[in-house]
Amino acid sequence: MTDAHEHVFDDRTPGVEEHEPTASYLSYTVGLGLAILATIASFVVSQTNLLWPPGIPVGLIVLAFAQIGVHLVFFLHLGSGSDSTNNILALAFGVLIVFLVITGSIWIMSNLSSNMMPMSVQ
Amino acid sequence: MTIATTLDRTLTAVPTELARGRGGGGPASKRVVVAYGFWIFILSDMVMFSALFAAYAVLQGNTAGGPTGAELFDLRSVFIETMCLLLSSYTCGLGALSAERRQPGRFLIFAVLTFVLGAAFLFIEVSEFARMVQKGAGPSRSAFLSAFFTLVGTHGVHVAGGLIALIYLAAQVIAKGLRAAVLRRLLCWSLFWHALDIVWVGVFTLVYLMGDYH
Amino acid sequence: MLGRLSWAAIPLNEPLPLLSGAVVGIVILAVLVVVTIKGWWPYLWREWLTSVDHKRIGVMYVVLGLVMLLRGFSDAIMMRTQQAIAIGSAQGYLPPEHYNQVFSAHGTIMIFFVAMPLVIGLMNFAVPLQLGVRDVAFPVLNSVSFWLTATGALLINLSLVIGNFARTGWMGYPPLSELAFSPDVGVDYYLWSLQISGIGTLLTGINFVTTILKLRAPGMIYFRMPVFCWTALAANLLIVAAFPILTATFVMLLLDRHLGMHFFTNDAGGNQMMYVNLFWAWGHPEVYILILPAFGVFSEVVATFSGKGLFSYRSMVWATLGICILSFMVWLHHFFTMGAGADVNAFFGIMSSIIAVPTGVKVFNWLFTMFRGRIVFRTPMLFAVGFIITFVIGGLTGVLLAVPPVDFVLHNSAFLVAHFHNVIIGGVVFGALAGINYWFPKAFGFTLDERLGHASFWCWLIGFYLAFMPLYALGLMGMTRRLQHIPDPSWQPLLLVAEAGAIVILCGILCQIAQLYVSIRTRERRLDLTGDPWNGRTLEWSTSSPPPAYNFAVLPRVETIDAFWHMKRTARAPVKPVYEAIEMPRNSPAGFITAFFATVMGFSLIWHIWWLAILNFLAAVIVVLIAGWSIEREEEISAAEVAQMEAGPVR
Repeated sequence: MTDAHEHVFDDRTPGVEEHEPTASYLSYTVGLGLAILATIASFVVSQTNLLWPPGIPVGLIVLAFAQIGVHLVFFLHLGSGSDSTNNILALAFGVLIVFLVITGSIWIMSNLSSNMMPMSVQ
Repeated sequence: MTIATTLDRTLTAVPTELARGRGGGGPASKRVVVAYGFWIFILSDMVMFSALFAAYAVLQGNTAGGPTGAELFDLRSVFIETMCLLLSSYTCGLGALSAERRQPGRFLIFAVLTFVLGAAFLFIEVSEFARMVQKGAGPSRSAFLSAFFTLVGTHGVHVAGGLIALIYLAAQVIAKGLRAAVLRRLLCWSLFWHALDIVWVGVFTLVYLMGDYH
Repeated sequence: MLGRLSWAAIPLNEPLPLLSGAVVGIVILAVLVVVTIKGWWPYLWREWLTSVDHKRIGVMYVVLGLVMLLRGFSDAIMMRTQQAIAIGSAQGYLPPEHYNQVFSAHGTIMIFFVAMPLVIGLMNFAVPLQLGVRDVAFPVLNSVSFWLTATGALLINLSLVIGNFARTGWMGYPPLSELAFSPDVGVDYYLWSLQISGIGTLLTGINFVTTILKLRAPGMIYFRMPVFCWTALAANLLIVAAFPILTATFVMLLLDRHLGMHFFTNDAGGNQMMYVNLFWAWGHPEVYILILPAFGVFSEVVATFSGKGLFSYRSMVWATLGICILSFMVWLHHFFTMGAGADVNAFFGIMSSIIAVPTGVKVFNWLFTMFRGRIVFRTPMLFAVGFIITFVIGGLTGVLLAVPPVDFVLHNSAFLVAHFHNVIIGGVVFGALAGINYWFPKAFGFTLDERLGHASFWCWLIGFYLAFMPLYALGLMGMTRRLQHIPDPSWQPLLLVAEAGAIVILCGILCQIAQLYVSIRTRERRLDLTGDPWNGRTLEWSTSSPPPAYNFAVLPRVETIDAFWHMKRTARAPVKPVYEAIEMPRNSPAGFITAFFATVMGFSLIWHIWWLAILNFLAAVIVVLIAGWSIEREEEISAAEVAQMEAGPVR
């Protein structure tokens, strides 16, 4: 009875998709495969000389973003449908804030510390 | 008598505004509302983690004469942890598919697998923490260690909470079946679980790999 | 057994907290006794304490805010008095260790337990009505949010009579807030009370972002939402984005204090500036969380009482969103003087000046709305005009402070104190008072007394200028903030003027209390029978006063901005509506009970009664699990009942 009710009150908005079209065994498996590759690549980049050493941090960050992207697309099904617009906007807002907090803090704190007097013997 | 009710059945229906893209379709379905609300919660959690990441980034050099990350981290177990969590995200996804297709038996199997993999992750992490504390590299040794234990530990607490919630929701599936309300809650749980794996990508990259590269 | 709690925690040898604690205790006891004798508990429990109705929750938030205003204002007048008399050889009546608690409590209470509840209360009441829907997205969470906020307020007030409060100022900077320098319970009261209420606030943010983006009446596309809903959206986005930073920061300070960690300690590599940095990364968005809804209130009030649509709706929306984003790019201006260097200071100084631009756009929009309008000076409109003048002055001093070299002179001076009170009182308080006067008839079915409303406005306005303009001058003359003793006797005349201002504000508050009392006693003369006492423009005025629990029997179809105004102007022959059954959420005790356990848990954590803390934490978790088990949380109001309620007398 409740389910029937919920169905009546659930589908107010025309065209709401009950099932994400992209959710399937294939998408999850592909996602897993890509994520495993990205993880192994990160460990290899970090622990070997594959990448020019000063470039390692950049390489790691790129691989991390790539893996996060894989998660968002293949596991969380963040797609391009009109249903997802709000979700993507919210994600963009969140990413902006995370970026501002982390890079803002690092920038400010490193400037503060570089202006500190040299420490005497501890 | 409200004026709105008397005017409600006016005949000026404007179909273009009902296009969802412009947001004129009326209140969204419960599933959409709950999923979106939980998405916003996850974003707030990401911001909280970002503050902890920022603190870690700033304090990672402040070892106060104590041990550094390079001296402490065991990257082999980090790799195993990472694989456990990643695979648990995979089994979580397969569980979500079974739930959507109203297959409670298969869902429960994947739920158990997810739980075991998550528990394995936690076990390895707790062992690592215990090892570090025994070596005198506990969270009160230096600012670097405080930041490390708090960032990684907060992620671990989230994982533990997720595992408890998984047991709770599995009980709901057994007791009530895969009805719409239970499905909504499972959807929220899997959003949470995938988000935790995303945070872990940040953790193993920025804490372990960056802290200990050649 | 009881941690560090002992009888010594009760300030038996300190007359002031003892006396005020006793008075408050007696008042609370008297209220409880009256409620019990009159048998009001079932009604209170059913209709208010377990209500998940956004309208009820909104009213409770506002009541909480107004009650805490009395406490915060008492702190204020105590400080003003101390500063007016403790000059030269006179020591005043408040020793430093108490004065420090007073200014810390004043700031904490005013921001977290007056301004936030008032603003959140108004959003709770009005947003679903303005959106043309029945409630917020998560009504039970809404109740939890309110009761957790009340928990925080209760804990802070307990610090008056059991133990002491923090002496660190409302920001709680380390190293002073660390265990080494604040070993007593004060900082713990501050941290736990704010952590618990912070959870409530975060849940509110999630609730309202979801509501505004996903639950609106059919036809209400984004650019037909009332401006108050846009500002509510921006404010709640900021809550979601900023409060987690505060949570993390307080967690780090708590870990330092409880588990001996070293985030912000003097030794082992701690970095105190990291606290300052993270605190203000939250703190600046926080002030925009407070002011944006106030801006929204004024947009509604100015349009309604000028009889004109808001000038340039679109630029209002873009300005709001611009302020929302920019508010995350200015936070360093709270610590220009801490040595980040010219590059960093220049960037944040420029950004702080830029953020004044969208606010300026809003001010011009309000002015152009009033231009050639038919202005009616009801109480809300008085506050609106007072706001425009006062807030602009405060904003200008803000832009002045945004210039780093100027800030180097004025940081932490009385000038700064004057600036932020200028914008908070002129903006947030006036906005809250305007909103309360504006929406009161909708909530209760009768308007507030106009004469006393006008009197309270003039007292607040004149009192504010008397109390704070001298502080600008004093700041320029070298007076710093938080002085328990005044070293320079030449400052006394201005401080006496400031004290007079505080007394005039007190009169304003008394007028408000009188306004409430008189309005209730003479309410039959000012009944709102149409539901639309101000000839309003937005959908809340299309309901009865007060609205039925379900707000709208049939969700309105929205075709324009100012949907109700359009409906009134194009009113066609009434068509008999077809009523359907309405599902409304059931009441739930989950919020109240969870908050009860959270209160005891917080108290136990503060006093290091670990077993009690764990017990209450588990109890709260169990309540959540029990509440989360149920599926059927709604009850149905049948179509026949709806028809009956719609046909019956308005009240």
